[in-house]
Amino acid sequence: MMRWRNWSLQCLVVGGVLLALYGLASIVAAKMRGLGVEPGFGFLWQRAGFDIGDALIAFDASDTYGRAFLVGLLNTVSVASVAIVASLLLGGALGLGQLARNRLLARLCEAYVELFRNVPLLLQVLIVYVLLIGRLPLPHEAWSLGPDVWLSKSGLALPWPVFTDAGLVLERPVLGRFTFSGGAVLTPEFMAVAAALTLFTAAYIAEVVRGSVQAVSKRQSEAALALGLNDAQTLRFVIVPQALRSMIPPLANQLLNLIKNSSLAVAVGYPDLVAVADTTLNQSGHAVECIAIIMAVYLFLSLVTAAIMNSWHGRLLRQQGGY
Amino acid sequence: MNKSLIAIATMVAAMLSGTAHAGKTTDAIRERGQLACGVSTGVAGFSAADSKGEWRGLDVDLCRALAAAVLKDPTKVRWSPLTSQQRFTALQSGEIDVLSRNTTWTLGRDAGQGLVYAGYMFIDGQGFLVPSRLRITSAKQLNGAEVCVQTGTTTEKNLAEFARANKIQFKTLMFENLRAVLKAFFSGRCQAFTADASALASIRANDSGKPEDYMVLPDRISKEPLGPVVRRGDEDWFALVRWTIFALLEAEERGITQANVDELRKTTDDPAVQRLLGVSEEVGKPLGLDKEWVYRMLKAVGNYGEIFERNVGPNSLLQLPRGINALPRDGGVMYSPPLR
Amino acid sequence: MKRYFTPANLLLSAILLWAAWHLFDWAVLNAVFRPDAAACHALEGSGACWGVVAEKYRVIFFGRYPVEEQWRPLLAILLMLVLLGISTMKRFQNRRLSVIWLVGLAIFLLLLKGGLFGLENVDTPRWGGLPLTLILTVFGLAGAFPLAVLLALGRNGRLPAVRALCSVFIEIVRGVPLVAVLFMAAFMFPLFMPKGWDFPSLLRVLVGIILFAGAYMAEVIRGGLLAVPKGQAEAAQALGLSYWQVQLGVVLPQALRNVLPALMNSAIALFKDTSLVIIVGLFELTGALGLAVDGDPKWRAFALDGYLFIALIYWIGCFAMSRYSRSLERSV
Repeated sequence: MMRWRNWSLQCLVVGGVLLALYGLASIVAAKMRGLGVEPGFGFLWQRAGFDIGDALIAFDASDTYGRAFLVGLLNTVSVASVAIVASLLLGGALGLGQLARNRLLARLCEAYVELFRNVPLLLQVLIVYVLLIGRLPLPHEAWSLGPDVWLSKSGLALPWPVFTDAGLVLERPVLGRFTFSGGAVLTPEFMAVAAALTLFTAAYIAEVVRGSVQAVSKRQSEAALALGLNDAQTLRFVIVPQALRSMIPPLANQLLNLIKNSSLAVAVGYPDLVAVADTTLNQSGHAVECIAIIMAVYLFLSLVTAAIMNSWHGRLLRQQGGY
Repeated sequence: MNKSLIAIATMVAAMLSGTAHAGKTTDAIRERGQLACGVSTGVAGFSAADSKGEWRGLDVDLCRALAAAVLKDPTKVRWSPLTSQQRFTALQSGEIDVLSRNTTWTLGRDAGQGLVYAGYMFIDGQGFLVPSRLRITSAKQLNGAEVCVQTGTTTEKNLAEFARANKIQFKTLMFENLRAVLKAFFSGRCQAFTADASALASIRANDSGKPEDYMVLPDRISKEPLGPVVRRGDEDWFALVRWTIFALLEAEERGITQANVDELRKTTDDPAVQRLLGVSEEVGKPLGLDKEWVYRMLKAVGNYGEIFERNVGPNSLLQLPRGINALPRDGGVMYSPPLR
Repeated sequence: MKRYFTPANLLLSAILLWAAWHLFDWAVLNAVFRPDAAACHALEGSGACWGVVAEKYRVIFFGRYPVEEQWRPLLAILLMLVLLGISTMKRFQNRRLSVIWLVGLAIFLLLLKGGLFGLENVDTPRWGGLPLTLILTVFGLAGAFPLAVLLALGRNGRLPAVRALCSVFIEIVRGVPLVAVLFMAAFMFPLFMPKGWDFPSLLRVLVGIILFAGAYMAEVIRGGLLAVPKGQAEAAQALGLSYWQVQLGVVLPQALRNVLPALMNSAIALFKDTSLVIIVGLFELTGALGLAVDGDPKWRAFALDGYLFIALIYWIGCFAMSRYSRSLERSV
C-alpha cells in the first residue's frame, strides 16, 4: 500500500515539475516570438556587430556571436588561472605564516585573513580598479618597469613571443598615438579582477591550510624533531604531505568559488564570459539562450576542476598508502 | 430677408467648417484648458526642470509653442516627466497629447505601435567626446585609440561599423552603465567616449568638471533624428503639430524673431510674412487655429533658430554647432513647405 | 621572550610601525572630514578625503529615496539593528521572538513603502543604500531557510524521484555564479510572466537570491542531518511518531544545532553577496556609492575614499557576525 502511494506521489511530483517547465518554455517562446526573436541557438552564427577590446584570439565586429562567447570563455579561464596560481601561493604562505613561531608574523597573517575575508569581493575589485585607473599614469607618461615593460592606465605592456615568418619572435609593445600596441597588454580590468580574486581567495585558502596543518598530529612533528629534523624539514617532509590529504577537498571548493567569482568581471568592464553574454543578450534579445550558455559553461568548468582535484586527491591517497 | 439668410448660412457654414477641422485631441485640449506634454526626466538642453522647477529645453519650447497656438497661452502646459519604459504607453493610453522627449524616429516606432512622428525637432547622431589635449579634429584620427561605450543600445554596433567603413581599429571598452563609463573616461582610462552627440554635449557641460578640457568631435556616425510623437488616427492634431514646427522654421527663414515680431506685424510689406502673422490671410484655419497663432508662438518662444540657440546652440550650456539642423540655405536639412 | 627580539622580528616591527604611522597620518591627521571639495583636492593624496562621505551620506545610506522622507529609512535601519541585536540576547530567545520579528519586519516594510497612516507612498525602485542591503540579507535568509530545509529533507528523503529533483536543483544552483542567477531574475523572469503582470525588480532579485542561498544552505543542513545518529530517528519512529513528526520534531532541531556556525557563515556570505545587485540595477550600499560619486565631477576623484568607507561598514558587519558565530560555537 505504501509502495503504491510512494510511487504515485513521485509520479505526481515529477509530472508536475515537467509540466511546469514545459509551460514556462512555451510562454517564453511565445513572448520571444512576439518581440520578433526566434528562440533557438541559431543566433550564435549571426554577426556580432560589436568589438571586444581585450581578447586572446583575433575578434572583430564581423565575427559571430559564437566566437564572441569563445573570447569571453578564454578571458574567464585566463583570469581564473592566474588568480588560482597566485592565491594558492599567497594563501599557502599566509596559512603557514599563521602557525609561525614568530608571534608578530602570525598575528599579521591572522589580521590579513580577518581583513580580506570580511569585505565583499565586488568591493575589493572596485577598490583595486579605482586605484589603478586613478593613480596609474597616462600611456604617454608610462612608468618603465624594465626593458620594454610599461605600466600605465592602459595596463601592463610586456614583450610577448609571437609566431612570424621568421619563427618565434619576441614582440615588443610600442607606444602609438594613443596607447600601446604589440606584445601582451594586461589591462587594468584584468589586473583588478585577478588581484582582487587572489587577495580574497588567499584569505580563505589560508584558513584551509592552517586548519589542515594544525590537524596533523602534534606527535608527528615531535617525532620529527626527535629524529633531528629542523623546522623547515619537518614542514616539508612530514607535515605538508599529510596535511595535503585533508586539504584538497576544501581547497577544491575554494578554487571552484574563485572560478565562479570571476564572473564579477562584468562590473568593471572586463570582457569575461558573463560580460560577453550580457552584451549579446541585450543586442540579440536571446535572454534565455545566453543565460543557459553561461550556466552550462560554469557547470562544465566546475565539473572539470572538481575532477582534476579528485584525481589529485586520489593519487595522493594511493601514494601514501591510504590512511 | 435674403441678406440675413445668407448671413446665417455663412455663419453656420463657418461654424461647421471650424468644428469639422478641429479633431478629438484638439477638442480635448481646449476642454481641459491644458496641453498634456510628455517630456524626459531630465536631459539638459532638451527637457529639464531647473532649480525652481521651471521646465526648459528644446522639446519644452515646442510644447510651449503648441500651447500658445491652441490655447493662446504658452504657460497652459501640464508637464509629464517619463522614463524610456513609460514614454510610449503614456501616449498610447491618452495620458499625454504629445510626446516631446528627444525620442529617435525609427521605422519600428513610426509604424508598429499606433503612433506617428510629426517631424524633426533635432537631428542628432552618435559622436565622440575626446580630451582637447589630444588635438584631434576628426574621429578618423582615432585609429588605435581606446574607446569607452555604454552597452545596451546600438552604440557598439554603430562604432564597429564606423571603424570598418573607415578601415581603422578601436580598442572598445564596454561598461554596464553610464556612471561606470564616466568614471573610466574622466579618469583617463580611455581616450574617447562615444554616445549620441547631444548626450555628449550635456555630459561635457555637466559631468566633466572642466568643459574646456574636452570637446565633441564633429563626426556623426549614425542617424538619430529626434521629434515629437502623437497618436495615430487623429490626422488633425498630427497636422497641427507638424505645421507648428514648419511655421517655426518658416519664421526663421523669413527673418521673424521674438524681438521683431510685433514690429513686423505692423509694418511688413512681405506677403509671406503677412500671411504668417495673420495680417492678410488666415493660414491656420484648416488647422482649426485663429489668425494670430504663429504670432503668439513667436512671441512666446521665438523662431526655430532662436529655440535652437537658446537651448542647445553654441552659446548655450551644450555648445552644439547648428550643423545639419540649419536651414537649407545654411547647409542643413530643416526645410519647411510653404504656409499657404 | 628571547624569540621576540630577533633581528628579523625587530626589522618587521620597525616596518610595521612606520606603515601604521603613515596610515594613521593619512586616515586621521591629514584627512579632511568636512564636505569641502576644494580642501580635498588640495590634499593631493597626502590625506584621506572623508568629506566625500560627509557630502554624499544621504545618497550612500538611502539611495534615491526622496530627501524629505529619509527619516523613514533611517528609522527602518535602526529598527532592524535593534531586532538583530535583541535576537542575540539569551533573554529574548523564546517563542515570542518570532512574533517580535514578524511585527518588526511588517513595520520595517511599512516605513519604507508608506501608503498607509499618512505616510507618502515610495515605490521600490527608489529604495536603496543600507536599507536595501538589510532587506536583501534579512528577507533573503528568511526565504532561503525554509526552502533549504525542504531541499535538504528532500535530498535526504525516501522518495528517489524527489531526491533526484532536489539534487539536480541544488547542484545546478551551486555550480553557477550568483551573477548568472541575478541575470535570470532580471532578464528571464519577466519573460515568464504573462502579459501585463509586472513584478518590481526588487522582488525578482530577492527571489533569485532566495533560490541561490537556499541551495547552499540546503547542503549545510543536509550535512547536519547526516550527522544526527540514525538511532534518534529510529527511536522516534518506535514511539509511533509519523515521518514528518520525526523529521521536523526530532532530527531537524539536532541537525540545525550541529551546523549553526556553518549556517552563520552562509548568512555572512549572503550579506557580502548582496553587493552584487548593482549589476542588475539595484542600488544597495555599494551601488549607492557609485550613484553618489561617479556622476559628480567635483567628487569623482575621491571615489576611492568612499569605497574604503563602505568597506569599513561591511567589515564591521561581517566581523560582528563572525564573532557572534564563534561565541555560538563555544556555547554549543
